[in-house]
Amino acid sequence: MMSKSTFVYVTYIRSTPDKVFKALTDPEITRQYWGHNNVSDWKPGSSWEHRRTSNGNVDIVGQVVEAKAPSRLVITWASPDSPDSRSRVTFDIESAAEMVKLTVTHDDLEAGSGMDKGIRHGWPLVLSSLKSLLETGKPIDIMAVKKT
Amino acid sequence: MVRVDPARLTRKPRNQGPLPNRAGFLFSARHLTCRYLLAYSGGLDTDKVFKALGDPSRRKLLDVLYKEDGQTLGELCEHLEMTRQAVTQHLGLLEEANLVSTQWRGREKLHFLNPVPLYEIYERWIAKFERPRLKALRDLKKRLEKE
Repeated sequence: MMSKSTFVYVTYIRSTPDKVFKALTDPEITRQYWGHNNVSDWKPGSSWEHRRTSNGNVDIVGQVVEAKAPSRLVITWASPDSPDSRSRVTFDIESAAEMVKLTVTHDDLEAGSGMDKGIRHGWPLVLSSLKSLLETGKPIDIMAVKKT
Repeated sequence: MVRVDPARLTRKPRNQGPLPNRAGFLFSARHLTCRYLLAYSGGLDTDKVFKALGDPSRRKLLDVLYKEDGQTLGELCEHLEMTRQAVTQHLGLLEEANLVSTQWRGREKLHFLNPVPLYEIYERWIAKFERPRLKALRDLKKRLEKE
């Protein structure tokens, strides 16, 4: 059996659960801090796409497994080149005094795969950029960081 | 800012119903503690991250998790020549700094490396100072290539 890896990323954001949930599902917001538009109607069973803002390329595809605004979103995650090699991403949003604790669990990843390596680099960057956007109004230019 | 009158802590109200008072005090004290803990673990305090990193055993723990993420306390202890108690304490500090996240799988508590605060430090303390130098190098390259 292929071994699977799991990653758990946590960030605390000075914001509200509603704003954080919206920031994950509104393509107009995701493009600002992620360089990609997350497109879906976010209903369980629907598909979603992670479209690169600069050229419209679809980099990630998947399905919405669970959507409970504003506390939980579960989606599958795959490259459009190999849609059967699916992993899973769970966003848990908890309110914590004036902060929001956002936990991103990425599991069911094929250990050692390109996706496994890519997301290790990607999530810390994306989450820092999201935090920066929601707290200061300024995201990190993550497409520029990715190139270097 | 919530101030607790010191007299309230020592005075024992006998005439008034002590129970609601006490319950009120307990609630507000707990509330304060919770908020403090949240701010503490909330990555608001970069000092916590630097302090957590300022110890070779804790850096080793992060390296061990980098190699294999999602380990139990018992598994982590196998890699380190430390008592279980010491490892627990180091993990506690790493968790407070949000460098380690945890998840329960049945009865097992798994520990994961959380590099998000490291990335924030990178952005704040490294990228900021590196960018002008990278730009200077790029400009130099362009100039040389034109010649």
